[in-house]
This record gives sequence, C-alpha cells and structure tokens, in this order.
Amino acid sequence: MRWEPVIGLEVHIQLLTQSKIFSGESTRYGAEPNMQACAVDIALPGVLPVMNKEAVRMAVKFGLAVGAQINHRSVFARKNYFYPDLPKGYQISQYELPIVSRGHIDIEYDGAIKTIGITRAHLEEDAGKSLHEDFHGLTGIDLNRAGTPLLEIVSEPDMRSAQEAVSYLKKLHALVRYLQICDGNMQEGSFRCDANVSVRPRGQTELGTRSELKNINSFRFVEKAIKFEIERQIDVLEGGGTVVQETRLYDPGKDETRSMRSKEEAHDYRYFPDPDLPPLEFDESFVKAVKQTLPELPDAKRDRFMSQYGLNAYDAGVLTTAREMADYYEEVVSASGADPKLVANWVTGELSGYLNKDNREIADSAVSSTALAGMIKRIADSTISGKIAKEVLDAMWNGEGDADAVIEKRGLKQITDMSAIEKVVDEVLAANPVQVEQHASGEQKVFGYFVGQVMKATSGKANPKQVNEILEKKLRS
Amino acid sequence: MNVSTGKGGFNQIHEYDSLPHSSNRSTKPEMALNRADVEKIAHLARLQVDEQEAKAFAASLSRILELIEQMNAVDTTGVTPMAHPQEAGLRLREDRVTEVNAREKFQRNAPATERDLYLVPKVIE
Repeated sequence: MRWEPVIGLEVHIQLLTQSKIFSGESTRYGAEPNMQACAVDIALPGVLPVMNKEAVRMAVKFGLAVGAQINHRSVFARKNYFYPDLPKGYQISQYELPIVSRGHIDIEYDGAIKTIGITRAHLEEDAGKSLHEDFHGLTGIDLNRAGTPLLEIVSEPDMRSAQEAVSYLKKLHALVRYLQICDGNMQEGSFRCDANVSVRPRGQTELGTRSELKNINSFRFVEKAIKFEIERQIDVLEGGGTVVQETRLYDPGKDETRSMRSKEEAHDYRYFPDPDLPPLEFDESFVKAVKQTLPELPDAKRDRFMSQYGLNAYDAGVLTTAREMADYYEEVVSASGADPKLVANWVTGELSGYLNKDNREIADSAVSSTALAGMIKRIADSTISGKIAKEVLDAMWNGEGDADAVIEKRGLKQITDMSAIEKVVDEVLAANPVQVEQHASGEQKVFGYFVGQVMKATSGKANPKQVNEILEKKLRS
Repeated sequence: MNVSTGKGGFNQIHEYDSLPHSSNRSTKPEMALNRADVEKIAHLARLQVDEQEAKAFAASLSRILELIEQMNAVDTTGVTPMAHPQEAGLRLREDRVTEVNAREKFQRNAPATERDLYLVPKVIE
C-alpha cells in the first residue's frame, strides 16, 4: 500500500517585547534565576494581569503578513493544569476566539509553489523552567520565563513530507525575523516547534491517528524526527497494529521518537474565559497603524532583487532569507557602486564562507558592509584582481585593516604598467622556447600555460586582461 | 505529570468547545453527575474529597448543570456569546519594564530555595 504522510506544525514564537505579556517585568534572556519574576509572574494572591499593547501589535503584524483575518475581538481563556513551573495552576491563553485566524504562507519545494494554511495564531504566556538536576531529590524552579509573551502559530495539516515541513518552518522563521517580532533563536527557545504527524493510505480523505512530536528545536531535527515518525507509523500499520494518539519526544542522540504521555489528558484542560481579562478589542485604525509598520516582506524583496539588480532566483533567495543579510547586500551595492552581480558573488560566496566558518551572523561580520564595499571598489577600478581580492578579504577578516591598508601593506596592488608586464612576458617566453614552438605549430592550449607563468612570476599581481593582450601580441609577431 | 485519564460522563459537557452557541442542539447531554465524575473533577483540581463530600458535590454540581440546561433551552440565535459579565474592553499598557527585583523578599516566603531557585518535590515527566 502507498502511504501519504500528513503533517501540521504548531510553532511558539517568543515575542520581542521589553516587558512580559501581563506584567511590567523584564523579558531579557539570561538573567540570574528568578531575578525577573515579579508578583504577577509568580502568582502571588491578589495580583491582576494587565495586557501588553506591544504584544497585541506584534500579533496583528504577524496576522497581516500572512494575509490572515484579524479578529477585532478576541478572548483570553484559562488552560488549567498543574505543573510547578506554572505558578497560577493555569496558563492564560486564547482558545475559542484567537486574535488571528485563517492565513497562509507560500512555500517553494521542488520548484513548485504550495500554499500552507495557517489555522490560527493566538497570544499566550510562557511557563517557567524546571531544573531536574540534583537538588537532594528536589526540583529547582526558575520563573524568569513565566509570563513571557508567546504567539502560537498553528498550521493546517497541509504538509505531505518532512521536507515540506522544513520549508514551511524556514519560511516562517524568516518571516517573524523580518517582522522583528521574534529573534528566532532556536537554542534559547525563542522559536519552538511541535509537529503533528499521521499517515493514511493514498487516496483516503479522512486523517489517520496522529502523534505530536516535541523537542524538535532545530530545522535538522524537525526533518529527522518527522521522517522517523512517518516510517514508524507505517511500520505499525503494515504490521497490523494501530497508531496511538500520544505525545512523543524526539531523541536526537538515538534519532528516534518515544512515547511521552497519553494525549488523552488534553481534554482535561477545562478552558474557560479568564474573568480577570475582559475581551481584547480594537478598531480598524489600530490595525491600519500596525499595517504602516510592515516592512518589505521576504518574497517581495526577493522579486525586487531579481528585477532591480538582475540577480538569479537562487542568489536573490539566499540574500533575502534574512533581513540583515539583504540590508548588508544593499549597503555594499550602494557604497561600492559596483556591478550588483559582482557584489552578490562576494556576499553569497567568500563572505558567507567566512561567516559559516566562524559561526557568525551577518550582523557580527568581521568585515562590515562599508569595508567590503571598499574592497569591491578596488576590484572594479582594477587595483586588484578577483584572485588577489580573496587574499585581501582574508586579511581584512583577520583584522588587518581596510582593503586599501591591506593592499598597501602587502604590496598587492595590481601591476597595470604595460612595460613592466611586457618585461615579465618577454622573460617567460625566453625561458620556455619549447612551448613557444608548440604554440607556433598550432597548440592553442599552451597559451594558458604562459598566462600562468606570468601570473606566477608577478605573484598574481599582473592585470590578467593586460597579460592576455600582451601575450597575444607577442606570440603573433 | 500524573493526571487521571478516566472517562466520565462529564466529558460531554465540560469542554468549552461544546458550549452551545445557539439552542438548536440536537443532542441533550445527561446532566446528573455521578461520584466518578466528581472524583475526576476533584482530581483535576487536586482536591481531596471523601465519600460523603463526593455525594454532596455530585448533588449540588448536578443542580448547577440543571440550571445551565434551562438556559440552554433559550433561543440565543444571533446573540454574540458573552466572554465577560462586564461590558468592558481590555485595558492595554505600554511595553515598559516597571518592576524592580524583589527576589529576596519573595523567596523569604518560599518553603525552600537553593541557588536562587524555588525548590519543589521532584517532578519527572
């Protein structure tokens, strides 16, 4: 039997607010335990939540960016369960009436565009953290994260492979960073993903029983965990068994998922509208004001890079995945005044290589956009060749100063003096009579050998174009 | 987390999902709660009830559900469900940090702390 996987993702993004969703406590990451947990966050008796306006703006911003319905009236509900890192005994979330519903994101996979529906996005508060290391048989609780604003983004079960799920996730990741509503840091838990996975016989309309995968907080793990889970479910079904609805934890060390707990308790959350919070209401002017803050979105930027700079779809895509990268590129283009394609090659090629090697984001690049523009200018005005430029960039990356300083210090200025090049060409020809003879008898490929020898003799500094011209002239005579 | 997953008749009605939005509901849930239902609700709320109390709760909770059933009989077609008894909108505050650290004060109330963490009995999922 042919099986069809069905995947839906639930993504929690931490909103980039200064303060928490319902209190004036800081959301800064990395503070000492419980330094950022105020009376509201730790649920002391008598406290009341007061909603953060910026979190509302960010949720609306997201909704607008995915073409969703913005609900001018939404309701906060209590999701009841007991766990020590949830001080109130309930999480304030949105249930029946979320702030955002019915949007979509287009993904590209295998050259085709596919629309993935977004069921809803709702505001909620994060819980604290439990530390299970040894505290004499006790558990330590850090409530710094409790009350941090989250937007939970729930997709439709529209994805049919692990790769599609990763495409969607990457697209979403890029989008929320463009919108500057989330820093997207997966290690710090700012962008967390759960996946609902089921399989069904191809052609069947109703969905199979699904499992929910947790702990898949990297793009690679998402793909591996979903792949494993699809195979596992198919094995169960083909072995005559049934898939149990449950939560499964991905173990990256073993590359497998294992049962965590029965999902049946999900029906026991006993949601009800939170009496502490009247409905969240705003009018169209609020939405309009948010709309004005929308930046150029990744797809639009990619299309513009193709038309404005003449880039191909691949380069334009790479350069617009992150907003910071796109900004960097445009800064280099404008500061260097050089061919945008040349700039694209340097940014996506050499520079990205250095960034990857040192595991740095473009924002922390050791070579600023101004510095790279300075170097590319020297290629454009023939001070250095592209080959020498690689050496210059390496020196710049290692802190030897700007392009001009490196060129000066290392004596890398290209030799464009005709007589100087001619002299070297003469020497090369004189030293290689056999090859000169071969060339004369029609062996054109020897030409490349001469070029190589001249470049070698000048440590790569001779202007290649001039070397070619002079060689041609000399060999013809 | 150890939560009972037993099924009780209460499952039919406690879900917010199944709150009626209009009166044209075809199925009428069984309203009376039995002891198992009460025990389940009590467990979810981490309340300990003895047999005597369970009986009393079953009776009084059933009366509340009867009242709800009476209200369900009213035709509410076209009426927006109310989320809050007051006609108030949510007050929003500007996104500013206004709290100052009071960890020591809070932790003086805690039964046990160590290395700035609150300590609780061991929890393992």
